[in-house]
Amino acid sequence: MFPESLQLSIRSPINDWVEAVVINHGATFKAISNAILQVVLLVESVLRGLPWWTVIIVFVALAWASTRKIVFCAIVGVMMVAVGVLGLWDLTMQTLALMLVATLVSVLIGLPIGILCAKNRIARTITLPVLDVMQTMPSFVYLIPVLMLFGLGKVPAILATVVYAVPPLIRLTDLGIRQVDAEVVEAATAFGTAPARLLFGVELPLATPTIMAGLNQTVMMALSMVVVASMIGARGLGEQVLNGIQTLDVGRGLEAGIGIVILAIVLDRIMQGFGRSRLEEARNG
Amino acid sequence: MAEIEIRNVYKIFGQNTAQTIELAKQGLDKATILAKTGSNMGLADVSLKVASGRIFVIMGLSGSGKSTLVRHLNRLIEPSSGEILFDGQNILTLNPRDLRAFRMRRVSMVFQSFGLMPHYTVLQNAGYGLTVRGEPHAQVRDIAMKWIETVGLKGYENKFPFELSGGMKQRVGLARALAADTDVILMDEAFSALDPLIRAEMQDQLIELQRTLAKTIVFITHDLDEALRIGSEIAILRDGRLVQVDTPGAILRNPANDYVARFVQRHANHALAHD
Ligand SMILES: Nc1ncnc2c1ncn2[C@@H]1O[C@H](COP(=O)(O)OP(=O)(O)O)[C@@H](O)[C@H]1O
Ligand SMILES: [Mg+2]
Repeated sequence: MFPESLQLSIRSPINDWVEAVVINHGATFKAISNAILQVVLLVESVLRGLPWWTVIIVFVALAWASTRKIVFCAIVGVMMVAVGVLGLWDLTMQTLALMLVATLVSVLIGLPIGILCAKNRIARTITLPVLDVMQTMPSFVYLIPVLMLFGLGKVPAILATVVYAVPPLIRLTDLGIRQVDAEVVEAATAFGTAPARLLFGVELPLATPTIMAGLNQTVMMALSMVVVASMIGARGLGEQVLNGIQTLDVGRGLEAGIGIVILAIVLDRIMQGFGRSRLEEARNG
Repeated sequence: MAEIEIRNVYKIFGQNTAQTIELAKQGLDKATILAKTGSNMGLADVSLKVASGRIFVIMGLSGSGKSTLVRHLNRLIEPSSGEILFDGQNILTLNPRDLRAFRMRRVSMVFQSFGLMPHYTVLQNAGYGLTVRGEPHAQVRDIAMKWIETVGLKGYENKFPFELSGGMKQRVGLARALAADTDVILMDEAFSALDPLIRAEMQDQLIELQRTLAKTIVFITHDLDEALRIGSEIAILRDGRLVQVDTPGAILRNPANDYVARFVQRHANHALAHD
């Protein structure tokens, strides 16, 4: 046995800290939480309120815009219909709403941090190890503080998802900007381009393919979080899987699992299409 | 009108610049300094004057510091020590805002590997300097079109850089610098990607421009014939140090050392072969 006198627990300081944060900044968290909740509710009501065929049309249109391939569009259409046929439509829309909002929050957080990392070496040295920790830490661990700060429900589920899913977006934003051809940046600078214009007019547009790849990974990771997130109150497909596990209802769990897979494939392919078309342009330039 | 003066500029790439400059001042050469300190001596004790309204040519082997030197003139690279004066004003003291204004209005540049914006059309690229400066859209268009025509790219204005050959890209880079209409134009091997016919044409055009518009042009080239043809003065760099600055005639007659002589020798042989 390791001598007890040498043992040091960081459990209670961390608990104290979280508690103190909850007490002192409760109002702030409430406000953030409320804002996110409003957005989720809005997105959810739109997605669930729209007739099913409208949603499918939108998906097929996105598939067309991204790849210009009729076969792919047809596959997307069939897969979305399959979701409905399996009786998963409503659950899928709930999951999709959570995903969209989680992605939105990830972009709002990840893009600025990624840009900061690309521009500032100190910021990068600090951020990269933190990202490593975020990605390797079992996701259940940060469910707990999130739960304490925000309680049960959709918002904490989204935030836990964001923590898990945002690292690739930050990494690839940083990488994408640093990979922009140095002479292009030099040329822009030589003509007197101001920093903001350099960022928005040159660096971000040219980093877009890489950033899109990061966003794609973020969406995929968010989707892989849905089951875990359902443990703290996310509804939708993840909850269905969880219920299936808890009641040993394999069929039910599998059904919902198929729904998640379909959503993953459809979103992945559409986003890759968007990333690729830009990538080709940039390559050739 | 703009006169440029560079005074005792040192540029060290790497750590311990102060210490490395001391070694450079003792006259150690680039290879020794690199072995001793691990730092790369880009430029050492470079002083020169570029007369207003002239074409000033910089020559030297690859890696001799030509690009580094020319990038000091618009502060794309900051010297490790020394002064850079534009019409007597030290541009190293400009704050970021004034530096941007200086780059917008006083000096433009043509890049060795073009530096075109891949997501902009030829027209947008050519007008880039004017757009950044905030000129009205219609005017940017007109001026950019005029220079696109001048460099012989009419009909390509709506193409993207990836649709052009290397020589065409270089001409877009040229149009971009000319459209900005600055007193000073820095040209880093600006004609290297052009085929001989267009190259000669561009050289004539440059001489013409310098004559009619009194531009001050700092021109980097590998090609002695080109240097002799367009240069009013030629500076020769070797391993970061200036070895000779003179008129073309003086360089041909009195090369300062073997290095310069070798440059000139080739030309002499060339001329003989043509006779
Ligand atoms: N950013 C940099 N970092 C380190 N070394 C550099 C950098 N830029 C240029 N150098 C070095 O400075 C020297 C001069 O380079 P350069 O000015 O590009 O030469 P040239 O244009 O004459 O071919 C070379 O030895 C090169 O390796
Ligand atoms: Mg060079």
